Amino acid sequence: MKIGYFTERPYRWLSEDVILKNRAFFAVSNSYFDREKAADDYHYYLDEYCYAEDLGFDVVALNEHHGNPFCMGSVMNVEASVLAYRTKRVKIVLIGNPLPVIKHPLRMAEELAEIDLISRGRLITGWVRGAGSEQFFNNANPAYNREMFNEAHDFIVQAWTKPGPWRYEGKHFHYRHVNPWALPYQKPYPQMWIPGVISPETVKWCAEHRYPYIGLGTMLGPTCDLWDYYADEAAKIGYQAGPENFGYLIPTVVAETEEKAHAVAENFVYGGGQNAFSAPEFTMPPGYNSKSAIRALAKQPTGSWLGVSGDKLAQHAQDGNKEPETDFDEVRRKLRGGLDKVMRNYQVIAGTPASVIPKIKAILRILRPGIFIMFSVQGPVSNEDRRTSMRLFAQDVMPALRDYAKEIDLPDPFERTPGSVALGGGVKRGTVVDRSPLAELGLR
Amino acid sequence: MTPWTQTSVKAANAEIVVVRGGTGKPLLILHDELGYPGWMAWNEWLADRRELVIPLQPGFGKTARLDWIRNYRDLAGFYSQVTRELKADPIDVIGFSAGGYIAAEMAAADPRIFAKMVLVAPMGIKPQNGQIMDFFELTIRRHLRATVADPEKTPEFARIYGGEMTPEQFEAFEDARAETARLGWEPYMHNPSLPNLLYGVKTPTLLVWGTRDNVVPRGCIDAYRQAIVNAQVVEIAGAGHRPEIENEPEFSRAVGKFLAD
Repeated sequence: MKIGYFTERPYRWLSEDVILKNRAFFAVSNSYFDREKAADDYHYYLDEYCYAEDLGFDVVALNEHHGNPFCMGSVMNVEASVLAYRTKRVKIVLIGNPLPVIKHPLRMAEELAEIDLISRGRLITGWVRGAGSEQFFNNANPAYNREMFNEAHDFIVQAWTKPGPWRYEGKHFHYRHVNPWALPYQKPYPQMWIPGVISPETVKWCAEHRYPYIGLGTMLGPTCDLWDYYADEAAKIGYQAGPENFGYLIPTVVAETEEKAHAVAENFVYGGGQNAFSAPEFTMPPGYNSKSAIRALAKQPTGSWLGVSGDKLAQHAQDGNKEPETDFDEVRRKLRGGLDKVMRNYQVIAGTPASVIPKIKAILRILRPGIFIMFSVQGPVSNEDRRTSMRLFAQDVMPALRDYAKEIDLPDPFERTPGSVALGGGVKRGTVVDRSPLAELGLR
Repeated sequence: MTPWTQTSVKAANAEIVVVRGGTGKPLLILHDELGYPGWMAWNEWLADRRELVIPLQPGFGKTARLDWIRNYRDLAGFYSQVTRELKADPIDVIGFSAGGYIAAEMAAADPRIFAKMVLVAPMGIKPQNGQIMDFFELTIRRHLRATVADPEKTPEFARIYGGEMTPEQFEAFEDARAETARLGWEPYMHNPSLPNLLYGVKTPTLLVWGTRDNVVPRGCIDAYRQAIVNAQVVEIAGAGHRPEIENEPEFSRAVGKFLAD
């Protein structure tokens, strides 16, 4: 199993009230941006990734978001380039470059090839569709998001494998002269790991391409369903999926005491946490979701929040577009209170090494991933607390996880090539998850 | 109430669903970016005088999406093919909002296709002042509300959109939003070359605009007026983006007079 370190590189100097007032991180005015503090933080986070290498992590993971203090990685390839030069051993995984949002797959192929060359073959490149808000930020037509994602991916693979020069006339991209001089160090090209949050379309696409799928802290029960779906799709095209096809990333805090761990973990819900990434109007741009996803959403009982009831119309007549007065302290209390629930659901892991180890082992037993990634804490947490959490995880938790992964046989995508275990016609596929502990943990 | 029908018509290498009702000379109606809202009082008034022909835009749920249509000019080209194939030209047209944009593109490509043109709060040209409201950045609820100046004083608005949204309505709105994004995401709901291509179009044109329109600013009307020399403007005081339901009597009177003259 590969063990990775990931952080969103949060901007740590923003008052929580500003985020709560905006109802989300996205679209908070950049008038709050402090250049000196941001410069310090960029240096700090790069150093932190180097520290992860020193501590023995196998993988450091970067991501990218746009116009959002939730994540300082606006152009992840820039940070990946620095790490490619500064680090010596760790693999650098990008989860992932938002292809439809960048809209320039040839440039992407060149940038990634350079990163792979500078790191001498340590790049693992992943792709995402980009969050809803990023379609707005980058003016990327959301109704063509999936098409652009597929076309850009297919183009990049060709750009790395088909000797040039050649000409490309696609639906969304056009190039007169495809002949990138810099090609990836790894042959034919770096592994691709695809992160996701419960999108069946993405899971199917990963299974078809034999790419590992990384669940981003998704609930364990639904994640099992998704893994099964992946394995079913894999079986259809003749291979047995296994741990090498799956990764899991989970918010994790380790501290000297339970109280301290809990206090630090509260920052996962700072400003509303992941749920406050962007406001609803930016989360679901038109045409971004598949027809089946829209159909499912429309049938949810809460789907009517988009509706216009007679009562709501009447209330609107009185209130206009005024936002109701918000008691931020009350909101904060609710957010902190919600943390206990997500900790009980195993969506945030926080504690001392002794209490964290069995929890992560339970996750490994259920999901059987070949990749496990620690997602470091959000919010205004000090450098010292962040590093303590990393150090305790690496020194006291990681060895136990490595032993356990060996014991229950969790090969990673470098130990066993994803999609390499052939499944003969008519042979029933093997299991990929173990649901039995879910009930014991009170999760299903 | 005037009976109306909804049938599927084969034309221009496609099948298009068309709503028809009324008697008299045919009148083409191009609905807006939210989709055909149903038969309203203004339809009823006009149907006593004209046969209303209302094609339902491809991709909006009823008529299948045509993958090759990627902008409003493509869509206008398709509607022009349909109109010519059905030998309906020259025909009078009323286009609402994005429907006005479609009509203007059709006229720019073929100035003889319309005998008269009514453009109600039309998009399609970058406003001289102000901006077309970015409804993609709004939830459907806020978008709907923004289309009328006073929801509670517009009974037909509550009739169309009142009550909790059904899953079917939600899906229909999402279809409409998705297809509108495909066609009008960038440049946003306008075509920079349209004013130039409208140069010399002499089709008698009526521009209708509600003085409290939050969606299409007066600057769009001014830009159209500059592009189409024969255009007249009717302002409907106090109405928003849907004067046809916010002040139906005045809307019907103005449009009826223009079409009858």
